[in-house]
Amino acid sequence: MDELMLDGNAIAGLLQEVFAVEMTTAIGTCGRCGAAGPVGAVHVYRGAGIVLRCPHCDNTLAKIVKNDSRVWIDFRGIQTLEVAI
Amino acid sequence: MARTALRGRLTWQLAELVEIVAETPRVKTIVFDVPGWPGHRAGQHVDVRLTAEDGYQAERSYSIASAPDGTRVALTVQRLKDGEVSPYLTDELRPGDKIELRGPIGGYFVWEPAEGGPLMLVAGGSGIVPLMAMIRTRAAAGDDTETRLLYSSRSQDDVIYRDELERLSGNGLTVVHALTDSQPPGWTSYARRVDAEMLAEVAPSPAKQPRFYACGPTPFVEAVTGGLVRLGHDPLAIKTERFGPTGR
Repeated sequence: MDELMLDGNAIAGLLQEVFAVEMTTAIGTCGRCGAAGPVGAVHVYRGAGIVLRCPHCDNTLAKIVKNDSRVWIDFRGIQTLEVAI
Repeated sequence: MARTALRGRLTWQLAELVEIVAETPRVKTIVFDVPGWPGHRAGQHVDVRLTAEDGYQAERSYSIASAPDGTRVALTVQRLKDGEVSPYLTDELRPGDKIELRGPIGGYFVWEPAEGGPLMLVAGGSGIVPLMAMIRTRAAAGDDTETRLLYSSRSQDDVIYRDELERLSGNGLTVVHALTDSQPPGWTSYARRVDAEMLAEVAPSPAKQPRFYACGPTPFVEAVTGGLVRLGHDPLAIKTERFGPTGR
């Protein structure tokens, strides 16, 4: 167990800043194991950037790096993202 | 960022401190008036941003402690040793001071009376804060959803909202304390860390399909979720908010 692990809730503000909708209730499907679940329940690790991992298989779902004016998001570990609009 | 009509776009706004309540030696509640506050749901949080004179900015998330109450928003903040933001919030801010915040944020770790129960809340230390918003929202609505709170603190002096929890008990709310480090004379409740045996005794049985909200330091939340799953509870019924190794 990693003491630095957080939940998707922890980056809810950042995600809403980027997508302009509440994202923790969006449903993401893991590109490796196929498990689907709310973004609020994914595992989040913060370091120089932010890493989102699948709570079922630990696959890297996304990586996010931010500075004062831009955000870069690597989404390759996510198969689909279902968002209420 | 310019204000936009996009639904859900978050904007930073100034909030004025209107009241400070000392909760424990290390914890204070700071109440803000936030003009145009749209209301919030229990369990949501705000992001707070502090800007130094040289332009350096520090941002932290804090759970909302209060039930919806007009433009008033209460945060309960634990002062972290060597913290970058919390010592300023708990020790430096005075009524009339303004800070930048944005919110309400989050839609996953929330509970409203319409969602029903039975509700099982498990708090470690200042992890009580978003769960208290649920308890206060439930009380303000006159809701009697069966609710149990298992609340772990180091000592009796570290119990946040102690008197209010005692006052709100009954009408379907049961509060059970665990004191891990020291206990007052005559203490009859739990005197150890939360474990599976304790959860089995306090939580409704899996057959009742309780909804779980667990909040606290990451190792605490891990122990709680591990215990609940071993007891046969549905992992999808357990919502968690971990705040890292030291609290926030």
